[in-house]
Amino acid sequence: MTSTGEAVQFWVLAVIAVGGALGMLLMKKAVHSALCLAATMLALAVCYLAQGAVFLGVVQIVVYTGAIMMLFLFVVMLVGVSTADSLKERLKGQRVAAVLCGLGFGVLLIAGLANAHLRNFTGLSEANAEGNVQGLARLIFTKYVWAFEVTSALLITAAVGAMVLTHREKVRAPLTQRQLAAQRVKDNIQVPPLPAPGVYARHNAVDVPALLPDGTVAEDSVMGTLRERGQVRDVSQEMLARMAELEETTADWLGRPSSARPKVTGPRQALETVPTPTKEEAE
Amino acid sequence: MNPANYLYLAALLFTIGASGVLLRRNAIVLFMCVELMLNASNLALVTFSRMHGNLDGQILAFFTMVVAAAEVVVGLAIIVSIFRTRHSASVDDSNLMKL
Repeated sequence: MTSTGEAVQFWVLAVIAVGGALGMLLMKKAVHSALCLAATMLALAVCYLAQGAVFLGVVQIVVYTGAIMMLFLFVVMLVGVSTADSLKERLKGQRVAAVLCGLGFGVLLIAGLANAHLRNFTGLSEANAEGNVQGLARLIFTKYVWAFEVTSALLITAAVGAMVLTHREKVRAPLTQRQLAAQRVKDNIQVPPLPAPGVYARHNAVDVPALLPDGTVAEDSVMGTLRERGQVRDVSQEMLARMAELEETTADWLGRPSSARPKVTGPRQALETVPTPTKEEAE
Repeated sequence: MNPANYLYLAALLFTIGASGVLLRRNAIVLFMCVELMLNASNLALVTFSRMHGNLDGQILAFFTMVVAAAEVVVGLAIIVSIFRTRHSASVDDSNLMKL
């Protein structure tokens, strides 16, 4: 039996760890999954520390949370933003079957543990008498020295393997600027530079697309990543409403009859419904 | 509290990781689920070490961490190189060897 303090700590950590694991399982985006898993790993690190595995607790934080999770985040960044899971099932009924398998596996595992004879806990006070790190070092460099040596070969193989797998041989020289320009004229899709974002010098943020003369949005003026994320801020309606209001005020001021006022066409027709200020309000 | 509760926590985390491997399609998230399973087994090993009063379990957990680090490096390199050729990180799209 353990102290009340450890029991309280365990229940807090268990809730964090299971919550993080479930979050990792259920989050749609890979970045969120990675952050949830980092929370779980930190909770487990504290579990190790509480159980007398001081060295492993520190290694868990440094290696797992510090190195491996950052590697995951780095790869998520490389692979890009469009990595959300598709919710389409390729195999029919696979999801239901997977949930059932998981539940059955969990029940079997926990039932097996419950039936095991786990009454006597020796505790680590004797094994950790000369210090946890010293005890581990003694074992690693005597009893497990062969496994330790093989580990070094494994690490070198992994490093070389990663370099070989991600190395790309250049099969041809990179295109020069002149060749790229010639290609652009040949393709004749977008010969001049792309339009700049922003509207009438009022919005110059990169997420505001430029407006074409007829009031529609110039898609090319916003960077592709923002478009894919859906972070484009479309101000065309607001701008068109302001233009319509201005035209109306001008016509009122000039005293034009309604037949001589400019006709609204194209996408601006939708703005007929936008309430324009009456004469009294304008004055 | 019975220290065996740590084992139940490890079993629960392992089950969640295994279900994740079956449920998710994104290769990176699949890898994270495998990492969760390795972590759960490490927790069980640390608890066993405490249960028996010797440090062999912790040594085993230490080697598991080393192997997990090597595995993640190679696995992520494979994911990146597949992404370069197929422009997708979904395991459903790597079906060239399918009959």
